[in-house]
Amino acid sequence: MKFKTFAAFVGPSVFMMLLFIAAPLVSVFIQSFQVTQPILEQIEVETCTPGFLTQTCTTEIKTVPVLDEAGKTVTATRWVGLQSYRNVLQMDKFWSAVGNGSWNQIMQIDFWKALRFTLSFTLLTLPLVIGVGLAIALAVNNATRSIRGPIIFISLLPFIITPVIGSLSIYWLFVGDGILTAMMERWSGQNISMFAQAWTIELLMYFYRVWHVAPFAFVIFYAGLQTVNMDTLESAVIDGASRWERLRHVIVPHLMPLIIFIALIHLMDCYRVFDEIVGFRSQAHVISLQWLTFDFMTPDDAGNRAMSRASASSMLTMIGIVLLLIMPLRRTWRDHKGSAH
Amino acid sequence: MSTPRAMRQSFALRFSSGAFLAFWCLLAAFPIFWIAVMSFKSPVDAFADSAWDVITGPATRANGDGLSIIDIALGVVVLFFAIRWAFTKLPALVRQYCPPGLIVLGWIVGALVYAITFVLIFFGLLPLILGVLNSLLGPLGTPVLGMTTQHYIAVWGENEFYRNFLNSMLVTAGVVTISLTVGTLAGYGLARSGSDLAFWLLILALIFRALPHSVLVAGYLPVFINSSEILAPIFGEGAPTLYGQPWAVIAVLVSINQPFTIWMLRSFFQNIPAELDEAARVDGCSHFQAFRRVIMPVMWPGVITTGLFSFLLGYNDFLVTALLLDAQNQTMVPAIAGYFNRETTTTDQVEAVAAAVSITAPLFLLVMVFQRQIVSGLTAGAVKG
Repeated sequence: MKFKTFAAFVGPSVFMMLLFIAAPLVSVFIQSFQVTQPILEQIEVETCTPGFLTQTCTTEIKTVPVLDEAGKTVTATRWVGLQSYRNVLQMDKFWSAVGNGSWNQIMQIDFWKALRFTLSFTLLTLPLVIGVGLAIALAVNNATRSIRGPIIFISLLPFIITPVIGSLSIYWLFVGDGILTAMMERWSGQNISMFAQAWTIELLMYFYRVWHVAPFAFVIFYAGLQTVNMDTLESAVIDGASRWERLRHVIVPHLMPLIIFIALIHLMDCYRVFDEIVGFRSQAHVISLQWLTFDFMTPDDAGNRAMSRASASSMLTMIGIVLLLIMPLRRTWRDHKGSAH
Repeated sequence: MSTPRAMRQSFALRFSSGAFLAFWCLLAAFPIFWIAVMSFKSPVDAFADSAWDVITGPATRANGDGLSIIDIALGVVVLFFAIRWAFTKLPALVRQYCPPGLIVLGWIVGALVYAITFVLIFFGLLPLILGVLNSLLGPLGTPVLGMTTQHYIAVWGENEFYRNFLNSMLVTAGVVTISLTVGTLAGYGLARSGSDLAFWLLILALIFRALPHSVLVAGYLPVFINSSEILAPIFGEGAPTLYGQPWAVIAVLVSINQPFTIWMLRSFFQNIPAELDEAARVDGCSHFQAFRRVIMPVMWPGVITTGLFSFLLGYNDFLVTALLLDAQNQTMVPAIAGYFNRETTTTDQVEAVAAAVSITAPLFLLVMVFQRQIVSGLTAGAVKG
């Protein structure tokens, strides 16, 4: 294919990606070093109230935003260097907390709290998703052919459901005296409230994510299981391998590329955990990095959006993505170079 | 062919694997099933702490809303035949009455007509017949299962949820059409070109896929809010404010979806033998003609699958639509978050549940109809690398 035809085919797609993905990245990068604020001026205001004999007048100095002819506030954009990053990271508080050796103090700073949750969420759900997905795939592969269709149908439901709605549906089972909380209370004889402390919410979030993603892993592993080499499996049986050994030495190595693929996709998706925070309404207890940026961008009571802090926190989130992708990308690069020579 | 003796499994293993499957199916379906049940009950029942009360709904029944045994039996029969008819007779009818080139359009019209007829029969005709039957049959006609549709009526009628529904449909329809149009071209180009540039574009797309969406939205937001000033030198007075415009959100979602779309379509196009378009080229077609006349007729399975995933992205999105659309143009998923903020009474909560079920119902139908395409789409990307 000539370069010109190739460019005509991929042109629109590349153009959209550059305009709506690459350009915003650059502008976020620039924004994170800037602060846009309304220009304020101090004016002397004399307010008089009618009094007996003479008016009582007080003068005070007020700070008001400058307005232009159209009545809009005039804003100015300044370069502030790393100030926004400092506001997000709050390193002085962080170091003093490290100095005290107090984990709780670090966890009171939003960014570090969000980072801690995002990382533990990503790393804890990964093995669970792969394990559960593999277990379901093996069990379905074991089942009679006629019931496989309905099982796949039911399994797809958690995967396909809107994430916010999915987490809400679990939230409603536990909220207040929802049926599952009531059941646990009956068993344990204590009063349980699942949404009053951080760790129970986190547990529910882990559960939700595994419930939501395991079907994806299952479908992929199930497709992979159809192509396992039967001859290898039979020779393993002849060699006296037990069921467990066959699983470990034949099936899992066969599925290894798929496991890596799922792990990669899962890392990418989990790192931007967001919908759970909305669905479980956990912002008071548990927040994630993406939610932190979202929160900076939502207008506060006065209608202001903290764009520069949002940009800084999203650039910090990006660093995590880069670290996450460096390994797989280096491997792909080596493969590509290897195949070229 | 019988399984070799050594591969046969002990009873204990088969039993435990079956039990595990049953447990998983229960786990997978239960939360969704449960919110569906809750949405039909009065608030007292929906948040009752005994599961039996939630299912039977005594308080709902006491209000006079309930189904008798006859209602349930007849309803299940009608539902069964309606679903069976949809899978056995409907495809043949669509094929018979639809001109060959427009099969997709034919299906859309067919599905719409079917849905309207179903709603008319199930919610219009059936209650009328059952009203008469219930009064005639005495004990069989007394309500046993509490059930009310009042929350759905409140959500769709009073709260004007249909506006959000229409917005959602607009956004998803836009996202699906545009990302498929742009994506098929790019996917074909990438699949047929073995150049280094194609490889690097794919890697770049992979990196773009990993970006958190909030990072991108942080880039759009200031530009979109001030866009009428920024674009004024180009478009003059009529420069639009992009913030709050559904088509701006469509463009954003299409671009966010693009990396995934081109990866997936590329893997589908690689399965179409290159000899096919080479033959067309030998016969004197240009690349575009080969694409249009030879590839397009055989690429539909891949396009439908990719379209499904684009649909899911547009339909399920919360973050982008919540930040870039204002209240009038809000789609369904962010709109449901509005229920939390004013969620003061338990009635509001059950209305939120009903809204959530309304959002899930189309997805449920989607899995029902397109299960095979979804599965093939999930595996296409992975198995072929």
